[in-house]
Amino acid sequence: MTTLVVRGARILGGDAADLTIVDGIIVGVGSASPAADATVIDADGLLALPGLVDLHTHLREPGFEQSETVATGVRAAAAGGYAAVFAMANTRPVADTVAVVEQVAELGRRAGLAHVQPIGAVTVGLAGERLADLGMMARSAANVRVFSDDGHCVHDAQLMRRALEYVAPFDGVIAQHAQEPTLTVGAQMHESPLAGELGLGGWPSVAESSIVARDVLLAEATGARLHVCHVSTAETVDVLRWAKARGIRVTAEVTPHHLILTEEEVRGYDARFKVNPPLRAAGDVDALRAALADGTIDVVATDHAPHPVEAKQAAWADAAMGMVGLETALAVVQESMVETGLLDWAGVARVMASTPARIGRLDGFGGALEVGAAAHVALVDPAGRTPIGTEHLHGRSTNSPFLGRSLPGRVVHTIYQGRQTVSDGVVA
Amino acid sequence: MRHLLTAALTRDEAIELLDIAEDMDQIHERDQKKLPALRGRTVVNLFFEDSTRTRSSFEIAGKWLSADVINVSGKGSSVSKGEDLRDTVTTISAMGVDGIVMRHGASGAPNVVASWIPQIVVNAGDGTHEHPTQALLDAFALRRRIHGDASRGKGLDGVRVAIAGDVLHSRVARSNALLLPALGAEVTIVGPPSMLPPGIGTWQAAHTTDFDEVVDSRPDALMMLRVQLERQTGTFVPSAGEYIGGWSLTPERFARLGGETLVMHPGPMNRGLEISSVAADAAASLVLEQVRAGVSVRMAVLYRLLAGRTDS
Amino acid sequence: MPARTVLQEADIARALTRIAHEILEANRGPESLVILGIPTRGALLAERIAARLGEITGTDFAGRTGTLDVTMHRDDLARTGTRPTHPTRIPASGIDGQTVVLVDDVLYSGRTIRAALDALTDLGRPAAVRLAVLVDRGHRQLPIRADYVGKNLPSAASEHVSILLAEVDGQDAVTIQEGSAR
Repeated sequence: MTTLVVRGARILGGDAADLTIVDGIIVGVGSASPAADATVIDADGLLALPGLVDLHTHLREPGFEQSETVATGVRAAAAGGYAAVFAMANTRPVADTVAVVEQVAELGRRAGLAHVQPIGAVTVGLAGERLADLGMMARSAANVRVFSDDGHCVHDAQLMRRALEYVAPFDGVIAQHAQEPTLTVGAQMHESPLAGELGLGGWPSVAESSIVARDVLLAEATGARLHVCHVSTAETVDVLRWAKARGIRVTAEVTPHHLILTEEEVRGYDARFKVNPPLRAAGDVDALRAALADGTIDVVATDHAPHPVEAKQAAWADAAMGMVGLETALAVVQESMVETGLLDWAGVARVMASTPARIGRLDGFGGALEVGAAAHVALVDPAGRTPIGTEHLHGRSTNSPFLGRSLPGRVVHTIYQGRQTVSDGVVA
Repeated sequence: MRHLLTAALTRDEAIELLDIAEDMDQIHERDQKKLPALRGRTVVNLFFEDSTRTRSSFEIAGKWLSADVINVSGKGSSVSKGEDLRDTVTTISAMGVDGIVMRHGASGAPNVVASWIPQIVVNAGDGTHEHPTQALLDAFALRRRIHGDASRGKGLDGVRVAIAGDVLHSRVARSNALLLPALGAEVTIVGPPSMLPPGIGTWQAAHTTDFDEVVDSRPDALMMLRVQLERQTGTFVPSAGEYIGGWSLTPERFARLGGETLVMHPGPMNRGLEISSVAADAAASLVLEQVRAGVSVRMAVLYRLLAGRTDS
Repeated sequence: MPARTVLQEADIARALTRIAHEILEANRGPESLVILGIPTRGALLAERIAARLGEITGTDFAGRTGTLDVTMHRDDLARTGTRPTHPTRIPASGIDGQTVVLVDDVLYSGRTIRAALDALTDLGRPAAVRLAVLVDRGHRQLPIRADYVGKNLPSAASEHVSILLAEVDGQDAVTIQEGSAR
């Protein structure tokens, strides 16, 4: 029997309490008088949040191990306060079979620093032509419930409809990368006056919102669950608001970077700011924050997308799209949502832990820190600001848009399955 | 001004360059076409896209200033692949050169290169972004035509310039639309609606889709852009016929200009497409002046960026 | 310390007139003379000398007068920020076989004149090159000597000699000031 006592943490930013954890389960919340052999974490002044859950992570393994592996990716996750990550399917081979999703889950188990929940591909090879083995992946040991061709849009309407219909019986969800491909040929950045000025191909907002509009109607028609990945535009927010008011079963995520960065970052052609969907206008950022605050957007998901240095140190058009984000996500949410008064810490726990777990049907994660719950805890010091350097990044890649930028707060300790995966900022 | 990445210059910067170019222009009259200003400097022409004309112009400009000029072609070799850009430029940089003149198919490539290496970088055309020395030579040739030997110190105040065609994909248009208004010119952008860039309304220029209206306004200069319909037919404009009908400088439109308008074209021209032969011949009269101006302007740019201390 | 005026307007006028006479004497007449001023003030002085030569000889010297920019031939080009260039205007006669009189405001280290001789070489082959300066303040660093001098002005290297000309400075004067070395 191992006992861990977290002393004096403010649960969800509320009153201070001691958490007593025995064998990975919270057995006491309140005042504890630990046994002599118990490990005690002094959490005075720290916030206790449920271990975070990321619905959208690229771990790159198998196939792109020069960018990230499951083992390095979960180190980044733990450092960011995460207890579980959903691993996107765009690996090589693509996670479109039982073999691959079970392999990824097994790699996660071996790494042991956070739960790794595989996402299955919607179509074979992400090619958008034939459905992958959705049911078999759902019934596999990996227990897949989220399916996504992320990186590619399931743009064939019939195929999208079939996918929604097919996953509904086992309560799966299609997580759509909403990008109308014909509207984004040669697209390099948000379509705006700045794109005209910089001579970069425009990526119009409607390329996203038009697909979301179609998909919510398909979700309504099929009664299935739709999840919209990385919402980036005000127009998409309007579509989602309409769909939710109508009772359509749609959920949506926003990335940390879309909550805080705008297209203005592109001005210097620094490819660290090249991402799909692109950074948008300031008005979009405002709309996304408001939507996250009012529940139109349900969750924050990192879209952690590691790329090697060479892929980013290139001319803009030749550079890879994507940003790492696991370590900085909570800080960005603190700055953009908490410090602006749009969310309290309970709201943060909702959008970064409980709702992502619920959308992904991941039992045992993201719930309240109460007796009987699995002990996944992030202990956070919200005070102070830190300039982000590569020493804050624990994955294999350093393509963070926040390097050199000062962000608030700090994940001090992370507890996963009752075990400390991060201790005073150091990953186990 | 440490690099020349953009034609977004202040009026004073632009006039300074054009005035130096006036002084450089005299070299064309000499038997001995060599000035010692860049003796001991090394300039690399790094071209990832073919352009014999621009590359030769920079090469002559550098050599007439006594710089050692080395041409490195990126096309067809491994360096045409994007991922090698950094290796290529850092290798050249490490050889101890003083400046890199680069052309690249990706917008902003010279900007990122300038952030990687300590040497000065001159943008000789990047993607669909900018071509600042082309705009400078256009401005130089225009100023020459208007003010002649009294050009020094002058801008292009009140000069009405129309830029016509595929502005969306034109780095020449973008640079001219920045430089000419800074010099006081009144610029009008005209083209098919699908070929006007997003945010055209925020430019320092009027814009319209009605080319006939622009023709009938008889601008002082009309800059016809090259259109690459083989890439754009069916998506940007329905057909060559539609383009010619709406936006080509046909003999009929050319006649309506009345003979006073200076017809310009950055070349190479598609006769019979954006410009009819009769108009092209009129434009051709300025082409040789522009070619000469190109050398003078590029000498001015290299002199301005490389003659003084370059370590600051 | 305030600037001390060492040449007034009338002194400058007299000096230039004398230089014009000396040029004609040494050259035994106006034929084959080309007057080239070094911008900016040398060019203005060249025009004034040319005007006097015209008055004295009764011929038009404007067509024998020009400017010679030496900026790109300077030996200190790479040691400072980029210097602006100036026009070079060579009379229609060219300089081949001509007697070129270079005109500058101040003769000091001699480096400007060295650059001017190089610049001339690029333009042609004069029969002879002469040098006229309004002020010679000494401190030569090169073996160069003026043929026609308006005023010898022994000065310390720490002193600053200013030539003011009405065309650009609103008045004619030569001043000397302790302080910033030129």
